[in-house]
Amino acid sequence: MQQIINFLYKNSIFLLFLLLLGISLTFTIQSHSYHRSRAVTSANAVSGYVYEQINNVESYFSLREQNDALAYENARLQSLLYNTQDTANRPPVNIDAAFTDYKVIQSKVIANAYSRQENYFTIKSGYKAGVRKDMGVVSSLGVVGYIEQTSANYSTVISVLNTKFRLGAKIKKNNHFGTLTWNGKNTGYAQLRDVPRLATVNIGDTIVTGAESTIFPENIPIGTIHKVYQDKVTNYFTLDVRLFNDMTSLNYVYIVENKHRDEIIQLQEATTPAPK
Amino acid sequence: MNSTVLVNILRFIGLLALQVVVFNRLNMFGYLNPYPYILFIMLFPVNGNRAALLVSAFLLGLCVDMFADTSGPHAAASVVLAYLRRPFFKLTFGISFEYQTIKINDRLSPERFSFILICIVAHHLILYLLEAFDLGLIFSTLLTTLYSTIFTFIISIIIIYLIKPAKE
Repeated sequence: MQQIINFLYKNSIFLLFLLLLGISLTFTIQSHSYHRSRAVTSANAVSGYVYEQINNVESYFSLREQNDALAYENARLQSLLYNTQDTANRPPVNIDAAFTDYKVIQSKVIANAYSRQENYFTIKSGYKAGVRKDMGVVSSLGVVGYIEQTSANYSTVISVLNTKFRLGAKIKKNNHFGTLTWNGKNTGYAQLRDVPRLATVNIGDTIVTGAESTIFPENIPIGTIHKVYQDKVTNYFTLDVRLFNDMTSLNYVYIVENKHRDEIIQLQEATTPAPK
Repeated sequence: MNSTVLVNILRFIGLLALQVVVFNRLNMFGYLNPYPYILFIMLFPVNGNRAALLVSAFLLGLCVDMFADTSGPHAAASVVLAYLRRPFFKLTFGISFEYQTIKINDRLSPERFSFILICIVAHHLILYLLEAFDLGLIFSTLLTTLYSTIFTFIISIIIIYLIKPAKE
Protein backbone atom coordinates (compact mmCIF):
# COMPACT_ATOMS: atom_id res chain seq x y z
CA MET A 1 0.00 0.00 0.00
CA GLN A 2 2.76 2.34 1.04
CA GLN A 3 4.57 1.59 -2.20
CA ILE A 4 1.52 2.28 -4.29
CA ILE A 5 1.05 5.65 -2.64
CA ASN A 6 4.74 6.39 -3.09
CA PHE A 7 4.52 5.44 -6.73
CA LEU A 8 1.46 7.60 -7.27
CA TYR A 9 3.08 10.51 -5.50
CA LYS A 10 6.33 10.22 -7.41
CA ASN A 11 4.63 9.99 -10.77
CA SER A 12 1.77 12.33 -10.03
CA ILE A 13 2.77 14.79 -12.75
CA PHE A 14 3.06 12.03 -15.33
CA LEU A 15 -0.30 10.56 -14.31
CA LEU A 16 -1.95 13.97 -14.46
CA PHE A 17 -0.45 14.41 -17.92
CA LEU A 18 -1.82 11.04 -19.03
CA LEU A 19 -5.26 11.86 -17.64
CA LEU A 20 -5.51 15.23 -19.40
CA LEU A 21 -4.09 13.81 -22.63
CA GLY A 22 -6.60 10.97 -22.43
CA ILE A 23 -9.51 13.38 -22.03
CA SER A 24 -8.46 15.54 -24.97
CA LEU A 25 -7.74 12.54 -27.21
CA THR A 26 -11.18 11.15 -26.36
CA PHE A 27 -12.73 14.43 -27.49
CA THR A 28 -10.67 14.37 -30.66
CA ILE A 29 -11.47 10.80 -31.63
CA GLN A 30 -15.14 11.32 -30.80
CA SER A 31 -15.31 14.37 -33.06
CA HIS A 32 -13.86 12.44 -35.99
CA SER A 33 -16.30 9.57 -35.77
CA TYR A 34 -19.15 10.03 -38.17
CA HIS A 35 -22.05 9.06 -35.96
CA ARG A 36 -21.22 10.90 -32.77
CA SER A 37 -21.70 14.57 -32.10
CA ARG A 38 -18.79 16.55 -30.77
CA ALA A 39 -18.36 17.20 -27.06
CA VAL A 40 -16.91 20.69 -27.33
CA THR A 41 -18.62 23.11 -29.71
CA SER A 42 -19.02 26.85 -30.07
CA ALA A 43 -22.80 26.51 -29.62
CA ASN A 44 -22.77 27.70 -26.03
CA ALA A 45 -23.55 30.90 -24.24
CA VAL A 46 -19.94 32.07 -23.78
CA SER A 47 -18.51 31.65 -27.26
CA GLY A 48 -21.84 32.50 -28.84
CA TYR A 49 -21.90 35.80 -26.99
CA VAL A 50 -18.29 36.61 -27.92
CA TYR A 51 -18.84 35.79 -31.57
CA GLU A 52 -22.07 37.79 -31.65
CA GLN A 53 -20.26 40.87 -30.30
CA ILE A 54 -17.47 40.50 -32.85
CA ASN A 55 -20.02 40.04 -35.60
CA ASN A 56 -21.97 43.11 -34.48
CA VAL A 57 -18.91 45.23 -35.08
CA GLU A 58 -17.84 43.45 -38.22
CA SER A 59 -21.19 43.55 -39.99
CA TYR A 60 -20.86 47.32 -40.39
CA PHE A 61 -18.00 46.80 -42.78
CA SER A 62 -20.03 44.70 -45.19
CA LEU A 63 -23.28 46.70 -45.25
CA ARG A 64 -22.80 47.72 -48.86
CA GLU A 65 -22.29 44.12 -50.03
CA GLN A 66 -25.28 42.99 -47.98
CA ASN A 67 -27.46 45.66 -49.57
CA ASP A 68 -26.32 44.65 -53.01
CA ALA A 69 -27.05 41.00 -52.30
CA LEU A 70 -30.54 41.81 -50.98
CA ALA A 71 -31.31 44.08 -53.94
CA TYR A 72 -30.17 41.33 -56.27
CA GLU A 73 -32.40 38.78 -54.57
CA ASN A 74 -35.33 41.21 -54.67
CA ALA A 75 -34.82 41.73 -58.38
CA ARG A 76 -34.79 37.98 -58.94
CA LEU A 77 -37.98 37.47 -56.93
CA GLN A 78 -39.68 40.38 -58.70
CA SER A 79 -38.81 39.00 -62.09
CA LEU A 80 -40.41 35.73 -60.97
CA LEU A 81 -43.49 37.65 -59.91
CA TYR A 82 -43.85 39.64 -63.12
CA ASN A 83 -43.33 36.63 -65.32
CA THR A 84 -46.07 34.61 -63.65
CA GLN A 85 -49.17 34.88 -65.75
CA ASP A 86 -52.45 36.34 -64.58
CA THR A 87 -51.55 36.60 -60.94
CA ALA A 88 -54.02 39.47 -60.56
CA ASN A 89 -56.98 37.47 -61.81
CA ARG A 90 -56.28 34.34 -59.85
CA PRO A 91 -58.14 34.01 -56.56
CA PRO A 92 -55.75 34.11 -53.60
CA VAL A 93 -54.82 30.64 -52.45
CA ASN A 94 -54.56 30.31 -48.72
CA ILE A 95 -52.60 27.26 -47.76
CA ASP A 96 -53.29 26.20 -44.22
CA ALA A 97 -50.15 26.04 -42.10
CA ALA A 98 -50.86 22.41 -41.27
CA PHE A 99 -50.49 21.40 -44.90
CA THR A 100 -47.20 23.08 -45.68
CA ASP A 101 -44.13 20.90 -45.73
CA TYR A 102 -41.39 23.33 -44.90
CA LYS A 103 -40.89 26.09 -42.39
CA VAL A 104 -38.17 28.70 -42.81
CA ILE A 105 -36.34 30.48 -39.99
CA GLN A 106 -34.15 33.47 -40.75
CA SER A 107 -30.74 33.63 -39.09
CA LYS A 108 -27.25 35.03 -39.35
CA VAL A 109 -23.76 33.49 -39.40
CA ILE A 110 -21.68 34.86 -36.54
CA ALA A 111 -18.54 32.74 -36.89
CA ASN A 112 -17.31 30.93 -39.98
CA ALA A 113 -14.40 28.55 -40.54
CA TYR A 114 -13.07 27.15 -43.79
CA SER A 115 -9.38 26.48 -43.21
CA ARG A 116 -9.62 22.88 -41.96
CA GLN A 117 -10.83 19.52 -43.19
CA GLU A 118 -13.85 19.57 -40.91
CA ASN A 119 -15.36 23.01 -40.88
CA TYR A 120 -18.28 24.22 -38.82
CA PHE A 121 -19.89 27.63 -38.54
CA THR A 122 -22.00 29.17 -35.81
CA ILE A 123 -25.36 30.89 -36.32
CA LYS A 124 -27.39 33.20 -34.12
CA SER A 125 -30.47 31.01 -33.56
CA GLY A 126 -30.90 28.13 -31.14
CA TYR A 127 -33.68 25.89 -29.91
CA LYS A 128 -35.53 28.89 -28.54
CA ALA A 129 -36.09 29.95 -32.16
CA GLY A 130 -37.18 26.43 -33.09
CA VAL A 131 -33.88 25.22 -34.53
CA ARG A 132 -33.26 21.48 -34.16
CA LYS A 133 -30.51 19.07 -35.13
CA ASP A 134 -30.40 18.09 -38.83
CA MET A 135 -32.30 21.02 -40.25
CA GLY A 136 -31.03 22.35 -43.55
CA VAL A 137 -29.28 25.71 -43.83
CA VAL A 138 -29.40 27.62 -47.11
CA SER A 139 -28.47 31.12 -48.22
CA SER A 140 -30.10 33.11 -51.00
CA LEU A 141 -27.66 31.44 -53.40
CA GLY A 142 -28.00 27.83 -52.32
CA VAL A 143 -27.11 25.10 -49.84
CA VAL A 144 -24.53 25.91 -47.14
CA GLY A 145 -24.89 23.07 -44.59
CA TYR A 146 -27.06 21.49 -41.91
CA ILE A 147 -27.47 21.98 -38.16
CA GLU A 148 -25.23 19.90 -35.96
CA GLN A 149 -25.84 21.08 -32.41
CA THR A 150 -28.03 23.70 -30.77
CA SER A 151 -27.95 25.61 -27.51
CA ALA A 152 -30.56 28.08 -26.27
CA ASN A 153 -29.58 30.91 -28.60
CA TYR A 154 -26.92 29.53 -30.94
CA SER A 155 -26.33 26.56 -33.21
CA THR A 156 -23.35 25.04 -34.96
CA VAL A 157 -23.70 24.03 -38.58
CA ILE A 158 -21.78 21.36 -40.52
CA SER A 159 -20.58 23.35 -43.50
CA VAL A 160 -20.60 21.99 -47.07
CA LEU A 161 -16.83 22.37 -46.64
CA ASN A 162 -16.63 19.49 -44.16
CA THR A 163 -15.33 16.07 -45.12
CA LYS A 164 -18.16 14.59 -43.00
CA PHE A 165 -20.83 16.41 -45.02
CA ARG A 166 -23.11 14.16 -47.13
CA LEU A 167 -26.06 15.27 -49.22
CA GLY A 168 -28.13 13.59 -51.90
CA ALA A 169 -27.97 15.81 -54.98
CA LYS A 170 -28.85 15.48 -58.64
CA ILE A 171 -28.15 16.99 -62.02
CA LYS A 172 -31.08 19.32 -62.64
CA LYS A 173 -31.40 18.55 -66.35
CA ASN A 174 -31.71 14.78 -66.27
CA ASN A 175 -32.36 13.91 -62.61
CA HIS A 176 -29.35 11.60 -62.20
CA PHE A 177 -28.47 11.26 -58.53
CA GLY A 178 -25.15 11.43 -56.74
CA THR A 179 -23.76 12.17 -53.29
CA LEU A 180 -22.34 15.61 -52.59
CA THR A 181 -19.14 15.51 -50.50
CA TRP A 182 -16.05 17.65 -50.08
CA ASN A 183 -12.49 16.39 -50.54
CA GLY A 184 -10.98 18.98 -48.20
CA LYS A 185 -8.96 20.82 -50.82
CA ASN A 186 -10.53 23.84 -52.46
CA THR A 187 -13.12 26.02 -50.71
CA GLY A 188 -14.80 26.91 -54.02
CA TYR A 189 -15.56 23.36 -55.15
CA ALA A 190 -17.38 20.32 -53.79
CA GLN A 191 -17.56 16.83 -55.32
CA LEU A 192 -20.60 14.97 -56.56
CA ARG A 193 -19.74 11.25 -56.32
CA ASP A 194 -21.31 8.07 -57.63
CA VAL A 195 -23.04 9.56 -60.64
CA PRO A 196 -23.96 6.64 -62.94
CA ARG A 197 -21.99 6.28 -66.17
CA LEU A 198 -25.07 6.47 -68.36
CA ALA A 199 -25.78 10.02 -67.21
CA THR A 200 -24.90 12.67 -69.74
CA VAL A 201 -22.88 15.28 -67.90
CA ASN A 202 -21.86 18.56 -69.45
CA ILE A 203 -19.63 21.17 -67.94
CA GLY A 204 -21.80 24.04 -66.75
CA ASP A 205 -24.88 21.93 -65.88
CA THR A 206 -26.62 22.92 -62.66
CA ILE A 207 -26.55 20.65 -59.59
CA VAL A 208 -29.52 20.88 -57.19
CA THR A 209 -30.64 19.01 -54.07
CA GLY A 210 -32.31 15.67 -54.71
CA ALA A 211 -35.79 14.53 -53.81
CA GLU A 212 -34.70 11.80 -51.40
CA SER A 213 -33.13 14.23 -48.96
CA THR A 214 -35.15 14.51 -45.74
CA ILE A 215 -33.30 17.67 -44.78
CA PHE A 216 -33.64 19.95 -47.79
CA PRO A 217 -36.55 20.60 -50.13
CA GLU A 218 -35.99 19.43 -53.70
CA ASN A 219 -34.34 21.67 -56.31
CA ILE A 220 -32.36 24.01 -54.09
CA PRO A 221 -29.36 25.14 -56.16
CA ILE A 222 -25.89 23.93 -55.16
CA GLY A 223 -23.51 24.72 -58.01
CA THR A 224 -22.48 24.00 -61.57
CA ILE A 225 -20.36 21.18 -62.99
CA HIS A 226 -16.77 22.30 -63.36
CA LYS A 227 -14.86 19.12 -64.20
CA VAL A 228 -15.71 15.47 -64.82
CA TYR A 229 -13.62 12.50 -63.62
CA GLN A 230 -14.19 8.81 -63.92
CA ASP A 231 -13.59 6.81 -60.77
CA LYS A 232 -11.08 4.09 -61.64
CA VAL A 233 -12.44 1.57 -59.14
CA THR A 234 -16.20 1.90 -59.43
CA ASN A 235 -16.41 3.41 -62.91
CA TYR A 236 -18.86 5.98 -61.63
CA PHE A 237 -18.45 9.65 -62.49
CA THR A 238 -17.10 12.08 -59.94
CA LEU A 239 -17.92 15.69 -60.71
CA ASP A 240 -16.20 18.79 -59.42
CA VAL A 241 -19.02 21.19 -58.56
CA ARG A 242 -18.35 24.90 -58.48
CA LEU A 243 -20.47 26.15 -55.57
CA PHE A 244 -22.83 29.09 -56.05
CA ASN A 245 -22.08 30.21 -52.51
CA ASP A 246 -18.81 31.78 -51.58
CA MET A 247 -18.40 29.71 -48.41
CA THR A 248 -15.68 32.02 -47.12
CA SER A 249 -18.10 34.94 -46.73
CA LEU A 250 -21.48 33.90 -45.39
CA ASN A 251 -23.86 36.31 -43.73
CA TYR A 252 -27.64 35.92 -43.68
CA VAL A 253 -28.91 32.36 -43.95
CA TYR A 254 -32.24 30.56 -43.77
CA ILE A 255 -32.89 27.43 -41.77
CA VAL A 256 -35.29 25.04 -43.46
CA GLU A 257 -37.36 22.67 -41.37
CA ASN A 258 -38.96 19.69 -43.03
CA LYS A 259 -42.07 19.15 -40.94
CA HIS A 260 -42.45 15.56 -42.06
CA ARG A 261 -38.85 14.50 -41.44
CA ASP A 262 -39.60 12.51 -38.28
CA GLU A 263 -42.47 10.76 -40.00
CA ILE A 264 -40.33 9.84 -43.02
CA ILE A 265 -37.49 8.56 -40.86
CA GLN A 266 -39.85 6.56 -38.65
CA LEU A 267 -41.38 4.97 -41.70
CA GLN A 268 -37.99 4.17 -43.21
CA GLU A 269 -36.76 2.66 -39.96
CA ALA A 270 -39.88 0.56 -39.61
CA THR A 271 -39.48 -0.73 -43.16
CA THR A 272 -35.80 -1.62 -43.18
CA PRO A 273 -34.87 -4.33 -40.67
CA ALA A 274 -32.38 -3.17 -38.05
CA PRO A 275 -28.79 -4.19 -38.91
CA LYS A 276 -27.39 -6.85 -36.63
CA MET B 1 -1.91 35.80 -4.41
CA ASN B 2 1.45 37.07 -5.58
CA SER B 3 2.26 38.99 -8.72
CA THR B 4 3.54 35.99 -10.73
CA VAL B 5 0.21 34.22 -10.42
CA LEU B 6 -1.62 37.39 -11.36
CA VAL B 7 0.62 37.98 -14.38
CA ASN B 8 0.00 34.44 -15.58
CA ILE B 9 -3.75 34.69 -15.17
CA LEU B 10 -3.75 37.95 -17.14
CA ARG B 11 -1.52 36.35 -19.76
CA PHE B 12 -3.93 33.39 -20.03
CA ILE B 13 -6.92 35.65 -20.61
CA GLY B 14 -5.06 38.10 -22.83
CA LEU B 15 -3.57 35.49 -25.14
CA LEU B 16 -6.86 33.59 -25.36
CA ALA B 17 -8.75 36.77 -26.27
CA LEU B 18 -6.09 37.73 -28.83
CA GLN B 19 -6.23 34.24 -30.34
CA VAL B 20 -10.01 34.19 -30.63
CA VAL B 21 -10.59 37.77 -31.76
CA VAL B 22 -7.61 38.25 -34.05
CA PHE B 23 -5.50 35.24 -34.95
CA ASN B 24 -8.21 32.63 -35.49
CA ARG B 25 -9.71 34.87 -38.15
CA LEU B 26 -6.63 35.64 -40.24
CA ASN B 27 -6.85 32.64 -42.60
CA MET B 28 -3.78 33.60 -44.60
CA PHE B 29 -3.89 32.11 -48.11
CA GLY B 30 -7.23 30.62 -47.14
CA TYR B 31 -6.04 28.18 -44.48
CA LEU B 32 -3.10 29.42 -42.40
CA ASN B 33 -3.60 30.62 -38.83
CA PRO B 34 -0.88 31.37 -36.28
CA TYR B 35 -1.37 30.05 -32.75
CA PRO B 36 0.63 32.37 -30.47
CA TYR B 37 -1.54 31.43 -27.46
CA ILE B 38 1.08 28.76 -26.66
CA LEU B 39 3.31 31.61 -25.50
CA PHE B 40 1.44 31.15 -22.23
CA ILE B 41 2.97 27.68 -21.84
CA MET B 42 6.43 28.81 -22.98
CA LEU B 43 6.53 31.86 -20.74
CA PHE B 44 5.24 30.01 -17.65
CA PRO B 45 7.82 30.33 -14.84
CA VAL B 46 10.60 27.76 -15.23
CA ASN B 47 10.36 26.49 -11.69
CA GLY B 48 6.61 27.00 -11.42
CA ASN B 49 4.16 24.35 -10.29
CA ARG B 50 4.08 21.69 -13.02
CA ALA B 51 0.62 20.43 -12.14
CA ALA B 52 -0.74 23.96 -12.39
CA LEU B 53 0.95 24.34 -15.77
CA LEU B 54 -0.54 21.07 -17.07
CA VAL B 55 -4.05 21.92 -15.91
CA SER B 56 -3.96 25.50 -17.17
CA ALA B 57 -2.50 24.41 -20.52
CA PHE B 58 -5.34 21.89 -20.83
CA LEU B 59 -7.95 24.53 -20.03
CA LEU B 60 -6.38 27.01 -22.44
CA GLY B 61 -6.33 24.43 -25.23
CA LEU B 62 -9.92 23.46 -24.48
CA CYS B 63 -11.05 27.10 -24.65
CA VAL B 64 -9.33 27.57 -28.01
CA ASP B 65 -10.95 24.32 -29.18
CA MET B 66 -14.34 25.57 -28.11
CA PHE B 67 -13.99 28.81 -30.04
CA ALA B 68 -12.42 27.23 -33.10
CA ASP B 69 -14.96 24.37 -33.16
CA THR B 70 -12.21 21.77 -33.33
CA SER B 71 -13.04 19.67 -30.25
CA GLY B 72 -9.83 18.24 -28.83
CA PRO B 73 -6.63 18.78 -30.83
CA HIS B 74 -5.66 22.11 -29.27
CA ALA B 75 -6.13 20.71 -25.76
CA ALA B 76 -4.09 17.60 -26.57
CA ALA B 77 -1.26 19.53 -28.23
CA SER B 78 -1.10 22.06 -25.38
CA VAL B 79 -0.98 19.35 -22.70
CA VAL B 80 1.83 17.55 -24.54
CA LEU B 81 3.76 20.80 -24.92
CA ALA B 82 3.29 21.61 -21.23
CA TYR B 83 4.64 18.16 -20.33
CA LEU B 84 7.56 18.28 -22.76
CA ARG B 85 8.60 21.78 -21.71
CA ARG B 86 11.19 20.49 -19.22
CA PRO B 87 12.98 18.20 -21.71
CA PHE B 88 13.00 21.07 -24.20
CA PHE B 89 14.53 23.34 -21.59
CA LYS B 90 17.20 20.74 -20.92
CA LEU B 91 17.83 20.37 -24.63
CA THR B 92 18.30 24.05 -25.36
CA PHE B 93 19.66 25.58 -22.15
CA GLY B 94 21.73 22.63 -20.94
CA ILE B 95 21.32 20.45 -17.89
CA SER B 96 21.68 23.23 -15.36
CA PHE B 97 18.65 25.20 -16.48
CA GLU B 98 16.93 24.78 -13.14
CA TYR B 99 19.58 26.67 -11.23
CA GLN B 100 19.47 29.74 -13.33
CA THR B 101 16.57 32.08 -13.32
CA ILE B 102 15.66 31.99 -16.95
CA LYS B 103 13.11 34.36 -18.27
CA ILE B 104 12.41 33.74 -21.90
CA ASN B 105 11.23 37.24 -22.50
CA ASP B 106 14.40 38.71 -21.01
CA ARG B 107 16.58 38.93 -24.07
CA LEU B 108 16.32 36.85 -27.21
CA SER B 109 19.50 34.78 -27.26
CA PRO B 110 20.06 31.84 -29.67
CA GLU B 111 19.02 29.39 -26.92
CA ARG B 112 15.75 31.16 -26.42
CA PHE B 113 15.13 31.27 -30.15
CA SER B 114 15.70 27.53 -30.49
CA PHE B 115 13.56 26.79 -27.42
CA ILE B 116 10.64 28.74 -28.84
CA LEU B 117 11.07 27.11 -32.23
CA ILE B 118 11.17 23.55 -30.84
CA CYS B 119 8.07 24.23 -28.73
CA ILE B 120 6.13 25.59 -31.70
CA VAL B 121 7.14 22.72 -33.98
CA ALA B 122 6.12 20.10 -31.40
CA HIS B 123 2.81 21.77 -30.67
CA HIS B 124 1.86 22.38 -34.30
CA LEU B 125 2.85 18.91 -35.44
CA ILE B 126 0.57 17.26 -32.86
CA LEU B 127 -2.16 19.82 -33.51
CA TYR B 128 -2.31 19.34 -37.26
CA LEU B 129 -1.91 15.56 -37.11
CA LEU B 130 -4.88 15.32 -34.74
CA GLU B 131 -6.88 17.85 -36.69
CA ALA B 132 -6.48 16.07 -40.02
CA PHE B 133 -6.65 12.61 -38.35
CA ASP B 134 -5.82 10.98 -41.64
CA LEU B 135 -2.43 9.53 -42.54
CA GLY B 136 -3.37 9.76 -46.20
CA LEU B 137 -3.08 13.52 -45.87
CA ILE B 138 0.31 13.33 -44.14
CA PHE B 139 2.15 15.32 -46.78
CA SER B 140 -0.20 18.28 -46.82
CA THR B 141 -0.40 18.11 -43.00
CA LEU B 142 3.39 18.39 -42.72
CA LEU B 143 3.42 21.25 -45.19
CA THR B 144 0.73 23.12 -43.25
CA THR B 145 2.72 22.49 -40.05
CA LEU B 146 5.82 24.00 -41.64
CA TYR B 147 4.09 27.14 -42.92
CA SER B 148 2.10 27.62 -39.76
CA THR B 149 5.21 27.17 -37.60
CA ILE B 150 6.97 29.95 -39.46
CA PHE B 151 3.90 32.14 -39.10
CA THR B 152 3.46 31.47 -35.37
CA PHE B 153 7.18 31.92 -34.77
CA ILE B 154 7.23 35.39 -36.33
CA ILE B 155 4.09 36.47 -34.49
CA SER B 156 5.41 35.08 -31.18
CA ILE B 157 8.70 36.96 -31.48
CA ILE B 158 6.80 40.15 -32.24
CA ILE B 159 4.50 39.64 -29.24
CA ILE B 160 7.47 38.93 -26.94
CA TYR B 161 9.12 42.16 -28.09
CA LEU B 162 5.90 44.08 -27.63
CA ILE B 163 5.01 42.83 -24.15
CA LYS B 164 8.57 42.74 -22.87
CA PRO B 165 7.99 44.49 -19.58
CA ALA B 166 10.17 47.47 -18.81
CA LYS B 167 10.61 46.30 -15.25
CA GLU B 168 9.82 42.83 -14.01
